[in-house]
Amino acid sequence: MRTTTVVVGAGQAGLAMSWWLARLSIDHVVIERGEVANSWKTERWDSLRLLTPNWQSRLPGYGYQGDDPDGFRTMSETVRFIEGYAEVMSAPVRSHSTVTSVRSRDDGYEVLTDQGSWQSETVVLATGACNTPVVPAFAEAVPSSISTLTPLHYRNPEQLEQGGVLVVGASASGIQIADEIHRSGRHVTLAVGEHVRVPRVYRGKDIKWWMDVSGVLDQRYDEVDDIVKARNVPSLQLAGYPDRRTIDLNSLTRIGVKLVGRLAGIKEGKALFSGSLRNVCALADLKMNRLLDTIDEWAAGSGVDTEVGPTHRFESTVVEESPPLLLDLARGRIRTIVWATGFRPDYSWLDIPVLDYKGYVRHDGGLVEAPGMYLLGMPFLRRRKSSLIDGVGDDARDLSAHLASYLRDRSLTSRPAMQLAGG
Amino acid sequence: MTTATSGKPVNNGVNVEALFGAREALTKAPEAAQFKWRATCNWVKGTQSRSTVEGFYGLGAEQKHKSRFSFDSDHPEVFASEDTGATPVEIVLAGLAGCLTAGIAAVAQAREIQLRSVSATLEAGMDIRGILGADPDVRNGFDGIKVIYKIDADASADDIKALVAQSQKRSAVYDIITNPTNVTVEVK
Repeated sequence: MRTTTVVVGAGQAGLAMSWWLARLSIDHVVIERGEVANSWKTERWDSLRLLTPNWQSRLPGYGYQGDDPDGFRTMSETVRFIEGYAEVMSAPVRSHSTVTSVRSRDDGYEVLTDQGSWQSETVVLATGACNTPVVPAFAEAVPSSISTLTPLHYRNPEQLEQGGVLVVGASASGIQIADEIHRSGRHVTLAVGEHVRVPRVYRGKDIKWWMDVSGVLDQRYDEVDDIVKARNVPSLQLAGYPDRRTIDLNSLTRIGVKLVGRLAGIKEGKALFSGSLRNVCALADLKMNRLLDTIDEWAAGSGVDTEVGPTHRFESTVVEESPPLLLDLARGRIRTIVWATGFRPDYSWLDIPVLDYKGYVRHDGGLVEAPGMYLLGMPFLRRRKSSLIDGVGDDARDLSAHLASYLRDRSLTSRPAMQLAGG
Repeated sequence: MTTATSGKPVNNGVNVEALFGAREALTKAPEAAQFKWRATCNWVKGTQSRSTVEGFYGLGAEQKHKSRFSFDSDHPEVFASEDTGATPVEIVLAGLAGCLTAGIAAVAQAREIQLRSVSATLEAGMDIRGILGADPDVRNGFDGIKVIYKIDADASADDIKALVAQSQKRSAVYDIITNPTNVTVEVK
């Protein structure tokens, strides 16, 4: 089968690109291994809500139409939202088609799937940043009597045995999962490495509203000092609770969660925690205050100052005098370990030499090194908001424009062979 | 040289341009980033020994310090020893202090903060029943290390705290001490 552009993945990124391609009259197909919004449907836990407010889902030609713009959608509401997007634009989605290979062919690309193959001039990679959980190598040393799982398989506390739980990782997933599991009566120990702390509400406004209006989310990748660092910033300790409560290490400590340092290793059945807990908490507090300083400066400069509450700062993260450095996993106090240690994309099907030594796609603002290939949906791809539902649209606009001009340039120098092949 | 808000060039004596250049170059040539640090040690007598540092490996070749550095270590008289040198655990504290302080200077230079003075006092608790073997539940090493920095610099209190926090984040000795490291001891 032939088309001009193959888009891999029918989540919000693939659909945003499809919207733009249709607008540019570029013939394309969106290949999806499951159904539209597959990851949202099959790889998220039951109570998860978006951590961005409902209004902050501005996709090309689409947006939140409900009656709770400041609320936070549940997973099923999010899935319906994205499915609605695909329907409204009649996106050319090929569901239940798994891409098995993308390779170069005849000055274009060949995309093999388990439902047939496609030839195209261009390819857009929109499979997301979170296909596979990242788990440390020493996870193999966990005693076999302890159950382990990652956020991709976690659904709710009831699937876990009664007993203590060690949650490893204190970013968005870890902190929410720790809170929920601890409240279910299973004592949680939370291993904390580097993290990003933010309040849900500041000066009466949602933190995501501040980050939007002040331009923080629109910061461009070519305007930051250290893009490698910026692209590796852990997900914010933020949750979309209906009561808008802030979740952070202090709120967890208050309900009885035990904080320990980053899980540094497992030796002879003993979990070893880093002695750096105090410093990672200090780093997170300082970083939060820098964000709040930026917000305060912007508020003063823009005149919004008079409409919002007064400036203030939050309590520093409380760390006990001597956090434990060791936990004997063989003693039975821990029945489950949740590895909230991050995710990475899976490009095992991408048979083009565009991956760096860590297995990530090499690109310049979404322009992949291979001609006519584009990447969407990665953290800080083009802007700080690139991996957010609200951010992918601008990137899709930019990259589809580039794709269109790439096609125009190709057609000016097109070889007869491509035309004779028809389709 | 970079300029602080006071208008005078900030100079903490750290060549950060060279460090950033090295970071850039080594990202592309990770083999050159593989360093090997070395020390040799000879027993003198009793609990006294002398460690020497002279050569190391890095940037793809053997390197040599400008001169040979020596460290005598011993135990104090309260340990029924001769006290001819600092104890090895005190040398570890000096190592931590040196690493963190160098980091503070480098980060301050990169952030265009002029340092005027930086001093640290370190203290580490130890229950010596551990090393004496008097109680198997007592560890040999420190039960904690406390470092207190006094810094006079051309910056706000928060910015100074941030310097110290960043220094820990990128410190080799801090990492060696706070995280597990494999130690293999062979006899030839």
